Amino acid sequence: MGKYIEMIRIRFLMMLAYRTNYYSGILIYSINIGAYYFLWSAIYGGKENIQGLSITQMTTYIAVAWMARAFYFNNIDREIAMEIKEGKVAVEMVRPYPYLNMKMMQGLGEGIFRLLFFSVPGMIIVALVFPIELSTNASTWLLFFLSITFSFIINTQINLLAGIATFFLFNNDGLIRAKRVVIDLFSGLILPLSFYPMWAQNVMSYLPFQGISYIPSMIFTEGFKGSQIYEALLNQAIWSLLLIIPVYGLWILAKRQLVVQGG
Amino acid sequence: MEYISIFFQYVGQYLKTRLTYRADMIVEIFSDLLFQAVNLVFILVVFGHTNLLAGWSKDEMIFIYGFFLVPFSIFASFFNIWDFTDRYIVKGEMDRILTRPVHSLFQIVLERMELESLFGVVTGLVVMFYAGDKLGLEISWYDPFIFILLVIGGALVYAGIFIALATIGFWSDSRTDIMPMMYNIGNYGRYPVDIYNKVIKYVLTWILPFAFVGVYPSSYFLEREEWYTYAFLTPVVGIVFFLIAVTLWNVGVTKYRGAGN
Repeated sequence: MGKYIEMIRIRFLMMLAYRTNYYSGILIYSINIGAYYFLWSAIYGGKENIQGLSITQMTTYIAVAWMARAFYFNNIDREIAMEIKEGKVAVEMVRPYPYLNMKMMQGLGEGIFRLLFFSVPGMIIVALVFPIELSTNASTWLLFFLSITFSFIINTQINLLAGIATFFLFNNDGLIRAKRVVIDLFSGLILPLSFYPMWAQNVMSYLPFQGISYIPSMIFTEGFKGSQIYEALLNQAIWSLLLIIPVYGLWILAKRQLVVQGG
Repeated sequence: MEYISIFFQYVGQYLKTRLTYRADMIVEIFSDLLFQAVNLVFILVVFGHTNLLAGWSKDEMIFIYGFFLVPFSIFASFFNIWDFTDRYIVKGEMDRILTRPVHSLFQIVLERMELESLFGVVTGLVVMFYAGDKLGLEISWYDPFIFILLVIGGALVYAGIFIALATIGFWSDSRTDIMPMMYNIGNYGRYPVDIYNKVIKYVLTWILPFAFVGVYPSSYFLEREEWYTYAFLTPVVGIVFFLIAVTLWNVGVTKYRGAGN
């Protein structure tokens, strides 16, 4: 356990060294959320609510979805792909800790850093400028944090899968990009899933992606009520466990056919 | 000219390297298509809940998206400089570039090109013709020429913005993470700018002029006469922003000190 905390800490400190640049990032994020806000105002065009979400809830949804993204998002798929291409992965695999766990912990260090230095100040600024509604209910916040922890786990597992795929494809920038697009669309980051036509919603309910963005954002905006919240959290928990199987399966296969291209 | 022959030699080498990883190339074209589909899905889903967006119809929005894809794909094929700081400054690759007797920016354009992105031009044209047909737009004999002019203008706008951002790397080599977000902001130029408030409209017109890649030039083809002035400003804005960016680049290169290894 101690070694994992150390990995999180080191990655956190690495990110801390570059913290000033994050303030420019907050500005850009705010412009992004602002533009989204006006786009959605135009889409609502005076309507009270669409699919049970009011314009205020919609704005809150967008703001929290992008801020939560800063926490669960990481580039470990690219990092793994890079280490495989450069042959560094051979050295990494000799080290006395599981490679995949280490990558996950590094992602977590990065996520915690962004949550503290990016999402929190970003959210405060956005809340001052745009009409968003922050819940005053402590349990909503608690459930939200539980939910984004699952988001992190699910998203990271999918990233690991995409990264490990490099063992088989050698060069998989295309796959990583495709994965990112699929997640943006199916996770509910750009559109709440309830806006899609019914048949599409049915398909997506069988996929793990809604656990990445839609569920935590809906919990935060209180678009989910009562038992819906617990069902959603259960869904996230099940996917977090279920995805362990393909990750380790693929990893075992990958180790067997490792080709180090140089190093 | 020497630069043209260098260009074609690089293209030749590029094709060889790409054909080595054929599976990846197919996945990459597929992922581009997927990305374009996502944006169309967004428009379709949104118009499932409303009929007009600030007075613009669904087909008009789809047309704008189709137009946008053409300059954007040209930009994406040749100006892959979003990771310039990491790739060239932090790793010291810029040293290698600077020892060669060809303009440094030109070399980076050549090294980082991704010709498969040009496939997006085809997608864009298909989308435009589809939407244009539904809207009953007519094509005059001079429209293709204006189209080419506006596309070049739009591509230069994009290139100018991203080159200018990349030059930050010459002054500060730490990570900014601005670039990925910029791609996102670029998307807002595709929506009718009058939906935004004054600040954002101003930013999208004069500071990060992404509106000149989407809604302004498209309004010419959609016969929205109130925007014609902006539509015809597109090539001017493109050239001005590109020249500013290249100037910044030339100044920036003199500040480059190398990262050491």
